[in-house]
Amino acid sequence: MTAPTLVIKGGRLVDATGVRTGDVVVGDDGSILAVGPDLDAPRVLDARGCVVSPGFVDVHTHLREPGKEEAETIETGARGAAAGGYTCILAMPNTTPAIDSAGVAREVLELGRKAPCDVRTSAAITVGRAGEQLAPMAELAALGVRFFTDDGTGVQDTRLMRRAMEYASALDVVLAQHCEDDALAAGGHMHEGEWSSRLGIAGQPAEAEELMVMRDIALARLTRARIHFQHLSTDGSVAMVRAAKAGGMAVSCEATTHHFTLTDERCSTYDPVFKVNPPLRTAADVAAVRSGLADGTIDCIATDHAPHTPDTKEQPFDEAPPGMLGLETALALALTELDLAIEEVVGLLSWRPAQLLGVADRHGGPIIEGRRANLCVFDPEQEWTVDPSTMHSRSRNTPYAGRRVRGRVRHTLLEGEPVFLDGEATR
Amino acid sequence: MTDLLSITDLERGDIERLLDLTDRFAEISTRQIPKVPALRGKTVVSLFYEDSTRTRLSFETAAKRLSADTMNFSVSTSSVKKGESLRDTAQTIEAMGIDCVIVRHKSSGVPWQLTRWVDASVVNAGDGWHEHPTQALLDCYTIRQQRGSLDGMHIAIVGDVKHSRVARSDIWAFTKLGATVTVVAPPTLLPPAVGAYPVQVSHDIESVLPTVDAVYLLRMQRERMTEALLPSLREYTATYGLTRRRAELLRDDALVMHPGPINRGVEIDPDIADEQRSVIVDQVRNGVSVRMAVLFLLLGSGTELHTPTDALQEASA
Amino acid sequence: MAERERRLTRPFGGVFVPRTQVMDADDLRRATWRMAHEIIEANGGVDDVVLVGLQTGGVPLAERLQAALLEIEGVEVPAGRLDVAFHRDDIGLRPVLPEAPTDVPFPIDGAVVVLVDDVLFTGRTIRAALDALTSFGRPRAVQLAVMIDRGHRELPIRPDYVGKNLPTRKDEAVDVHDDGVDLGEVVK
Repeated sequence: MTAPTLVIKGGRLVDATGVRTGDVVVGDDGSILAVGPDLDAPRVLDARGCVVSPGFVDVHTHLREPGKEEAETIETGARGAAAGGYTCILAMPNTTPAIDSAGVAREVLELGRKAPCDVRTSAAITVGRAGEQLAPMAELAALGVRFFTDDGTGVQDTRLMRRAMEYASALDVVLAQHCEDDALAAGGHMHEGEWSSRLGIAGQPAEAEELMVMRDIALARLTRARIHFQHLSTDGSVAMVRAAKAGGMAVSCEATTHHFTLTDERCSTYDPVFKVNPPLRTAADVAAVRSGLADGTIDCIATDHAPHTPDTKEQPFDEAPPGMLGLETALALALTELDLAIEEVVGLLSWRPAQLLGVADRHGGPIIEGRRANLCVFDPEQEWTVDPSTMHSRSRNTPYAGRRVRGRVRHTLLEGEPVFLDGEATR
Repeated sequence: MTDLLSITDLERGDIERLLDLTDRFAEISTRQIPKVPALRGKTVVSLFYEDSTRTRLSFETAAKRLSADTMNFSVSTSSVKKGESLRDTAQTIEAMGIDCVIVRHKSSGVPWQLTRWVDASVVNAGDGWHEHPTQALLDCYTIRQQRGSLDGMHIAIVGDVKHSRVARSDIWAFTKLGATVTVVAPPTLLPPAVGAYPVQVSHDIESVLPTVDAVYLLRMQRERMTEALLPSLREYTATYGLTRRRAELLRDDALVMHPGPINRGVEIDPDIADEQRSVIVDQVRNGVSVRMAVLFLLLGSGTELHTPTDALQEASA
Repeated sequence: MAERERRLTRPFGGVFVPRTQVMDADDLRRATWRMAHEIIEANGGVDDVVLVGLQTGGVPLAERLQAALLEIEGVEVPAGRLDVAFHRDDIGLRPVLPEAPTDVPFPIDGAVVVLVDDVLFTGRTIRAALDALTSFGRPRAVQLAVMIDRGHRELPIRPDYVGKNLPTRKDEAVDVHDDGVDLGEVVK
């Protein structure tokens, strides 16, 4: 018989069923025991003025372990995720060594077991992410890996990508693509356009991304496979996905917070904190991403959380590595920048990525009796200023330093346990 | 404004005031002892990540003629460790209490990054493809010497504009001073979104030459061949080089300019560079005077390089 | 009046307001004539004598002296112009910019250089001028001709030829112009 451990009191519940008020009682087995008015339990988590939602799910996080622990570890990344309201994150495979075998995947999952967030891992499509030979997808799928990508780079060889799609269609997995045509993008450090020209920095055109989106949609049509596009950033890419979906194809995609918030003009200070792949684009592209999020073309928000140590980001712009932090600012930016109803924002952050990732049994809600207590309690009105020195990441490369935003996580519950409580990490 | 990073930070009035001041400095170099104590006690450091003896010497001479102390940090002398982060180098310099850092780097934007970490004045001596403001200033000064003013002049910039910091700075400087600019280059050597610059574009050098008051030739680098930007240097010279025959299309009083060093026989026929209307040697000489003016304005004059126009109006009211 | 004078007097960079005329045009003419004679007498002629007017107030006076010397001795003494901005000792303490060209188009090695300025005050401008001269060469002697000596020296500098000694208060100002000399104040 499970006993109640805590009650989340006074909040506004937002999940896929809609918006309602109610208290949520959590049991010692990590499940939701009851939802309703005026409930009690030994411990009270105050949620007055707050929204109670399913914990967020990030389908795109770089945890840097193994290989670059000075920038982030699975533990510190997971802590930052909890601070951002995430209860589930998907580690990207561009570690050293790459996650392209059962051995490395097992290591990552083991390291994630004690983390304050449900750490899942993706695996590479090709061995070493070298784009030459298929990785052992079936063996990895047997370990529970559901998501394959060479992220950090795209699969350049068309024939190999076709084979990957055909092979993957027999497994219940998602093939995802980091769309970047190396031949067009080579040597580009920001979006090719007026700004890159003015700043004297080699750029990569929007077409470097769009070419691969176009190609993979064609391949998906040919092989009747499904394909997921990671971090889409251009209006052309969004338009192609919209058309493919309208045509009934099994295409999905994600967009990052920076791609609906920042433009290439930010690079004009030459601060490499604004250097990212795919690069910040034009205002028209940002507008297209926002429309895509609003009309369902873009399935979910992903962070592409990419920590880099300060000294690597204190190099000349063209030498610095691309990537920005994202876990702790995603909610606030989505609330502040997107003109969407709260349930739509929460959906983009929680149940929709949960469905994509196949973790909807534990994450993404709805908040009803019997479901796992993976929850986020946040104050949608609280204003705060982004301060890199207070972040939980080992790194500091957030492009939002000093920015005033609205929406702050107060508590995060992982399997019933408050891993983030009153604005502080508990483990 | 305590730095000189980019021509785009300056207005027409600022540039003209600086050029007027340059005359005063040109005079110093004619004295028996070409030196004044104006910047005595100030330390000026050259931080050259890219080797450039000419520009570095020009700045050093300028600093020394103003009695400033000079120091030289260059990657070639290993005083800048390979792999040392930019910030660490900046902080080392800052710890020495230096007044001015003159920086040249192959990466665009390094001078801006430096300003975040040093209190010293930063002078951009060339960053990547981006800008080379003192080159543009000395180019304007040279043209003024010959013509009095750039107002109404038509200037052609010929060559690899895409990769040229000199071209970008010159485009801003020439147009701010009232000239119109035409860039002449094959499409592969034009910057992306060239329409956003205040220039005309032409791929036909022979139709442009008779219409210009000055032709500015950019250096053609051999590396461009490997990037598939041009089939061959020979084809470049055949279509865009200032050959003897093409030079005859120029007006008699048209100026021939080049930032140096010249690739004789590539962008310009060898003897044209030495002809009377070529002011290439003047450009080099003027470099020291212009750089003296810049250093004095930043470090000694107690005035601003950039005076916002409303402040000027207030002062004269 | 000289920019320099205006800038050296509180409130710095204001407008000169005259109160009394201390010399009229005739006084100026007579003083110039007398000084020219004194220069000739002190140097036993004008051999090796050159004039250097300090920008900007000393330049018109140097031209007048040159004209006077020409009339008296029949010799055109070389006259140059010198802006001492770069040699000033207050660079870094207040805004300093050269106002006008320096043009000393003749050798000064072994010459008798007569520095010419309109008003002698603290002496710092003359010290700067002496420093500037060292970049041009090594004169045999340097002498100083000023129209007005208003006192308040801060350095051991003394004039050789003076148009008029004028005791002043430190907060007063003196303006030498083509039609005379006025005493007044600088106001913001």
